[in-house]
Amino acid sequence: MSAITLERRVGGIGDPAERLDGVEKVTGAFEYASDLCRDGMLFGATLRSPIASARIRRVDIADALASPGVEAVLLAADVPGKNRFGLNFDDQPVLAEGLVRYAGEPVAVVAATSLADARAAVGRIVLDLEELPGVYDMEQALEENAPKVHELGNVLRHVHIDHGDAGAAGAEVWVEGYYETAMQDQAPLGPEAGLAVPGGDGGVDLYVTTQWLHVDREQIAPCLGLPEDKVRLHLAGVGGAFGAREDIHSQIHACLLALRTSKPVKFSYGREESFSGHVHRHPSRIWMRHGARRDGKLVAVSARLLFDGGAYASSSPAVVANAATFAAGPYEVPNVQVEATVVFTNNPPCGAMRGFGAPQVCFAHEAQMDKLARSLDIDPVELRLRNALATGSVLPTGRPLAGSAPVREVIERCAAIPLPEPEPAAGRSLLHYPGGAGGTTRGEGLRRGVGFAVGYKNVAFSEGFDDSSTARVTLRLVRGEVEAEVYTAAVEMGQGLYTLLAQIVRSELGVERVVLRRADTMIASAGSSSASRQSTMAGGAVRLACCRVREELSRRASALAADKSRPGGPAELEDLLYEPVEAEAVHRHRRTERFDEHGQGDVHAYFCFAAERAVVEVDEELGLVRVLQVAAAVDAGRVMNPLGFAGQVEGGTAQGLGLALMEEVRLARGVISNPSFTDYLIPTILDMPPVALQAVEEPEPEGPYGLKGIAESPTVVATAAVVAALRDATGRELNRAPVSPDELVGLLGPARSAGVPAVPEVPGQEAVPSYHTTGSGQQHLM
Amino acid sequence: MTRVCCTVNGRPVEVDGVRAGESLLALLREHLGLPGSKNACEQGECGSCAVELDGLLVCSCLVLAGQAHGRQVTTIEGLAADGELHPVQQAFVEAGAIQCGFCTPGLVMAARDLLRRVPDPEDDEIREALAGNLCRCTGYQKIVDAVHLAAGHLATGR
Repeated sequence: MSAITLERRVGGIGDPAERLDGVEKVTGAFEYASDLCRDGMLFGATLRSPIASARIRRVDIADALASPGVEAVLLAADVPGKNRFGLNFDDQPVLAEGLVRYAGEPVAVVAATSLADARAAVGRIVLDLEELPGVYDMEQALEENAPKVHELGNVLRHVHIDHGDAGAAGAEVWVEGYYETAMQDQAPLGPEAGLAVPGGDGGVDLYVTTQWLHVDREQIAPCLGLPEDKVRLHLAGVGGAFGAREDIHSQIHACLLALRTSKPVKFSYGREESFSGHVHRHPSRIWMRHGARRDGKLVAVSARLLFDGGAYASSSPAVVANAATFAAGPYEVPNVQVEATVVFTNNPPCGAMRGFGAPQVCFAHEAQMDKLARSLDIDPVELRLRNALATGSVLPTGRPLAGSAPVREVIERCAAIPLPEPEPAAGRSLLHYPGGAGGTTRGEGLRRGVGFAVGYKNVAFSEGFDDSSTARVTLRLVRGEVEAEVYTAAVEMGQGLYTLLAQIVRSELGVERVVLRRADTMIASAGSSSASRQSTMAGGAVRLACCRVREELSRRASALAADKSRPGGPAELEDLLYEPVEAEAVHRHRRTERFDEHGQGDVHAYFCFAAERAVVEVDEELGLVRVLQVAAAVDAGRVMNPLGFAGQVEGGTAQGLGLALMEEVRLARGVISNPSFTDYLIPTILDMPPVALQAVEEPEPEGPYGLKGIAESPTVVATAAVVAALRDATGRELNRAPVSPDELVGLLGPARSAGVPAVPEVPGQEAVPSYHTTGSGQQHLM
Repeated sequence: MTRVCCTVNGRPVEVDGVRAGESLLALLREHLGLPGSKNACEQGECGSCAVELDGLLVCSCLVLAGQAHGRQVTTIEGLAADGELHPVQQAFVEAGAIQCGFCTPGLVMAARDLLRRVPDPEDDEIREALAGNLCRCTGYQKIVDAVHLAAGHLATGR
């Protein structure tokens, strides 16, 4: 780090720079995908299957076609190219063909002159379905006689990690437990939307909300039967993502209808459709066994993980691999055995959500650590310190941890944050009681609890993926003022990436004014805005491009100095910009490896760690909860923007708190029964306590300026910390998230397992379809 | 189909072709080209569509377009006067209270409404007043900070 010399600039790195898009967003001028509008545009609507497992007997679109304002109704047979797409495998139909595998699967799309007409026409399509036996339970999916969701069977991927000695000699104390987490929705406030505009060249321009333009294009173009250069994607304003914008939603439908009608076609989902329009966080069932010596040193962890992937693959193969590698927690464990399966069911597809498999296992391993602490009579924070990973520690995947790993520091710093002062039970403002303004208590039956959790998450892509990010920086004079333009396909979805990139440019080039060009696919890929990766990946590319701009400036300055005809005096920057300086650069991180047959390998590039402590009060008579405080210490590598850092930690914590206390997508035979903000609850400002923050800054060798992506690790630990606090307050087992009031008061017992499911037979560590598929999926992209 | 006449951000407007059952939010977004008010839940749970109707803070998705007939509507687009941000808007930018920004117009409208009633609110008053606005990005702390900051801006006439 000492090699970097930076010119201090207001709004440079380390400063609490204001967002580049802040003014547009507070004035309502920022254009989100759902705000897009074109003269003569049509509105798209989707017919989705109301049941989860069925054969399509007949689809009659005659009435819909004759419906007012309707210009096109498309079915599977109208897809000109491949009727399949998907992030890891192209297993998902653009429009259902013969079978439907989940409730909400698109069967037909309509374009009409108004949204009301389009929706009315959808209602006039006759969809005749014959319901088939379905699989609605992840353990049922593993049974021999279970209906097969796909021909290749119900096991999507099984990862096996065998590290050390399965016998684990030396353990003196064992604890075991069974844990469940529910399906969680990302619930970004801005629903799915996009506008497809047919081009004069037979191609299409798509303005869309997404997390990765290029991976969308790779999936869209083959379905349209077009070469990729005829499918141009442009980023439209993204109203939050959290993983929900990684998969295709309306992209292909909009393009199909635009090309069919030769008119612009807009899709904009309502909230209910949004619940079917994106993947969710995997529900999980986890069996764990921890063995330790009397002095608290962990000797062995064995874990059986089962994740419900739903009807299509999405990114489930990568999610379950992540979960497997983090199952033992951020601890040194010499013997680790993990069997991790993700299965197909007829439930809605699951895929990426902030944390990507890590929150589920953190919920389990942290509960185990608390159990162990009780068994050993060791303070739970002390027990974690005694086992904390550090740089050089051997990971369960058999390789030493290469990057920075200030695990002890995040634990110690978090534990040192002062606890909130206890308030007297009586005489408080109503908002300070569980139940809040409902006035359900005056302080009777309150129990306070404190819970602690530590966890970690990989930054950027793993398992050998060639992960890269491209950016271009142009320095030029605009009306006599020096301006830098950053051009990248990286997606800003609210996380503050563009502000961070501008800070890098200000620091590297010493310019005040930085603008971001709209992201599109006319520049090479920047990879996804996911996996906490863009701060380092796009940030690294921008930094490198800035270095090249500086090199060109030096060359020009030397040339100018050598020019004897030029009047004396040092050249100003303005003199050097007689024409713009432009430079493009690609950032890559250390190449990782795939798992070997024992689940060993250097699978992750680097990690972000976090510790959180939650303090709660429970009304033990009504099962209502108030979270008083969350203390957080997060391994940031380097804080680039204190406002952005706090925003990620506080926001990520809120999503973890949501899964602990209220968030659950409820299913009845695969049908979502709560697809609205009335029934699917997310934390409000009254649910979310202040977060007491600490940044731990130990430079990461892989990150530019030593920084790390921090977007996910607070979410990973928050659920575990809050539920641990509830256990502390109530003395109950509480092995399922979210925790319900019924469980808190003891009306409902803990979740019970029917026994550890058998390990399925699979051809190897890779996802099962990769042993079957000969076609071109997108598996190389993940 | 009916005609709705109202005043939006100080400008009298007449809109023809409003369908029965259309919301004030649809009137603003689809008929008047004012997309600043957001549609995130369609049922009054999230507050992203908050506007002022005759001085009263409402969820415009729950108000029929026809109910705005003859009345004054103020939207997020109407707050910044002559290109100068309203102090509440300014405070949201400064405090880092914005991430994706989809909830921001509604929160700015709700915070402005609160500060007109309670010029220097306590944390609890802020939380209670903004409880009808969902934000999925920020965890809300920076929003609380922004409202305090805005109270200061308004008090000092900044």
